[in-house]
Amino acid sequence: MGKVLVYVETTGDTVAPVTFELLAAARALGGEVEALVAAPDPGLVAAQLGGADTILTMAHPALAPYLPEAHVAALAEAIKSRNPDTVLVGSTSTGIDVAAGAAAASGRPLVAYCLGLEPDGGAVVARSQVYGGKLVATTRTEGPAIFAVLPGAFKDAAGRAGGKGQRALLEPPAALGALHTRFVSASEPEPGIDITRAERLVSVGRGIGGPENLELAEELAQALGAEIAASRPVVDSGWLPRQRQVGKSGMTVKPKLYFAVGISGAPEHLEGMRDAELIIAVNSDAAAPIFEVAQYGTTCDLFDLLPALSERLKAATG
Amino acid sequence: MHIAVVLKQVPDLVEELEIDSAGTDIDRSFLKMKLNEFDDHALEQAVLLKESAGAQVTALALDSDGVDQVLHSAVARGADKAIKVAAGDGPFASRQAAPALAAAIRSLNVDLVLTGVQAADDVFGQTAPFLAAELGWPHVSVVSGVEPAGSAVRVRQEYSGGRMAVLEVDTPAVVGVQAAPQSPRYVPISRLRQVMAGGPPESVTATAGAAPAGTMVVALAKPEQAGGAEMISGSTDQVAERILALLSERGLLRG
Ligand SMILES: Cc1cc2nc3c(=O)[nH]c(=O)nc-3n(C[C@H](O)[C@H](O)[C@H](O)COP(=O)(O)OP(=O)(O)OC[C@H]3O[C@@H](n4cnc5c(N)ncnc54)[C@H](O)[C@@H]3O)c2cc1C
Ligand SMILES: Nc1ncnc2c1ncn2[C@@H]1O[C@H](COP(=O)(O)O)[C@@H](O)[C@H]1O
Repeated sequence: MGKVLVYVETTGDTVAPVTFELLAAARALGGEVEALVAAPDPGLVAAQLGGADTILTMAHPALAPYLPEAHVAALAEAIKSRNPDTVLVGSTSTGIDVAAGAAAASGRPLVAYCLGLEPDGGAVVARSQVYGGKLVATTRTEGPAIFAVLPGAFKDAAGRAGGKGQRALLEPPAALGALHTRFVSASEPEPGIDITRAERLVSVGRGIGGPENLELAEELAQALGAEIAASRPVVDSGWLPRQRQVGKSGMTVKPKLYFAVGISGAPEHLEGMRDAELIIAVNSDAAAPIFEVAQYGTTCDLFDLLPALSERLKAATG
Repeated sequence: MHIAVVLKQVPDLVEELEIDSAGTDIDRSFLKMKLNEFDDHALEQAVLLKESAGAQVTALALDSDGVDQVLHSAVARGADKAIKVAAGDGPFASRQAAPALAAAIRSLNVDLVLTGVQAADDVFGQTAPFLAAELGWPHVSVVSGVEPAGSAVRVRQEYSGGRMAVLEVDTPAVVGVQAAPQSPRYVPISRLRQVMAGGPPESVTATAGAAPAGTMVVALAKPEQAGGAEMISGSTDQVAERILALLSERGLLRG
């Protein structure tokens, strides 16, 4: 498989978990594994990348805080100078900018939303989640290409160590000195309830219909001693606060119980909850992808089931 | 400010999706299509900018079945103008759509292009960054709020863990919208009738890009783990009883 280049995603000086998964995926593809660290001062990040054979560092002040334009230029430059066969980028928020941007700049094809990658002769066979997780597309790619890999698709262990630890410096491209994007400010999630600490979550999706029906879920949560969580559309509609959002752009939770109500199970939602110990899902669509990760499911109408269940729980727990 | 909003229909994911006989695409014969949810938000964002800052909004879509309806609805919701881009028979992957959309956009003299952040039916990447590359303009995706800022726009970009940043992007620029600051408004039916009475939207022709070279879909299928969950059936009461028993066995009842 020649050479695989991994784009290293970071939060401050911390390597994002998906990066170790990408390094593991790169290792499994075979061949040399290179990792690109594009940062003002790449040293601290580079020191965390024991899974790479060669750590490529590109230093420039414009590389943090994150700007899509700057990181696209950095990755495109690394592709040009290192000419890897395969490039792996996390299918994260930043990955959307970076993978497609670098694909366009380098003229390489992009295969997005990858769940699995396998070498096949000189080609790469990838499985990708499409149609909101209802279908899986298998693609076959010959020649140089970029793959955007979903967080959680690979185990990170094999990507944390075992590399040769060589270093190489890359010259930053001139474009970094003439950017059209500027950083203004950043914000962390608002303080308040922390759903990542809850042992039990009742999580509400768009199937709940409207804010007037939330009390059905709140009643169930109370009977279970659970906190309320939500999918993104529920939060975007203003029915519940942002701190309660589970998924790609929300929180990642691992409660003992995740009780999903009226949630379809889009990949961006599953990313935040698939590792819960017990998942029970209520969804009237038997083909909803939430049932792929749930241990138990029912197609009962939530408006019938929730009151019936709350009543029984109250009777059982007094 | 002149804003172009790019719209596209996608299969309604609540419906059952069937695979075609070749096993590489969905069967499109009886498909129920709807406006991509993220495009709906992009349109809402554009109309909000029109209301707050006096922008002019042009809705754009590649020609396909039902596209007149999509464009009429966009005008009924507040777009000033709608343009159908005829680029031949699709469906086109985002990368093929980008050159055709870029050609139409160049002739419009726009300051800002809004697209939906992604569409569920395209495995080969997202339109906004490809379109930005075609136009040679800066780009930001996963945006949930756009405000004017002189010869730039301020956008709110979202990251994992609920983190966000505000970035300033010089216009012209391309932004991939995840969510508008408020839920997309409904189409007023009387207004829609009025718009439809004005005849089909203006049409321009453009050339789509070649299909991505070096890669192809070899199979499309339901996920292997489909039906991973043990399904609990019966009456509402039976289902509730069973769930109570499951929770109780695992010591998950409150107390
Ligand atoms: C970059 C990016 C980041 C994202 N981040 C997140 C994120 O952090 N979190 C997140 O959740 N999403 C996120 N999304 C959005 C995601 O793609 C989906 O749009 C979203 O998860 C869908 O939410 P939902 O399941 O509540 O709604 P829907 O997909 O509309 O599902 C509603 C479900 O309710 C069921 N239902 C309806 N009525 C009933 C009833 N009476 N009884 C039982 N069931 C019923 C339906 O069958 C349906 O399956 C992100 C998307 C992008 C592009
Ligand atoms: N063929 C197309 N015609 C019109 N708009 C498109 C097309 N492909 C993508 N778009 C736009 O880009 C968004 C994201 O789609 P995609 O990039 O395919 O994930 C869509 O929701 C539209 O806003």
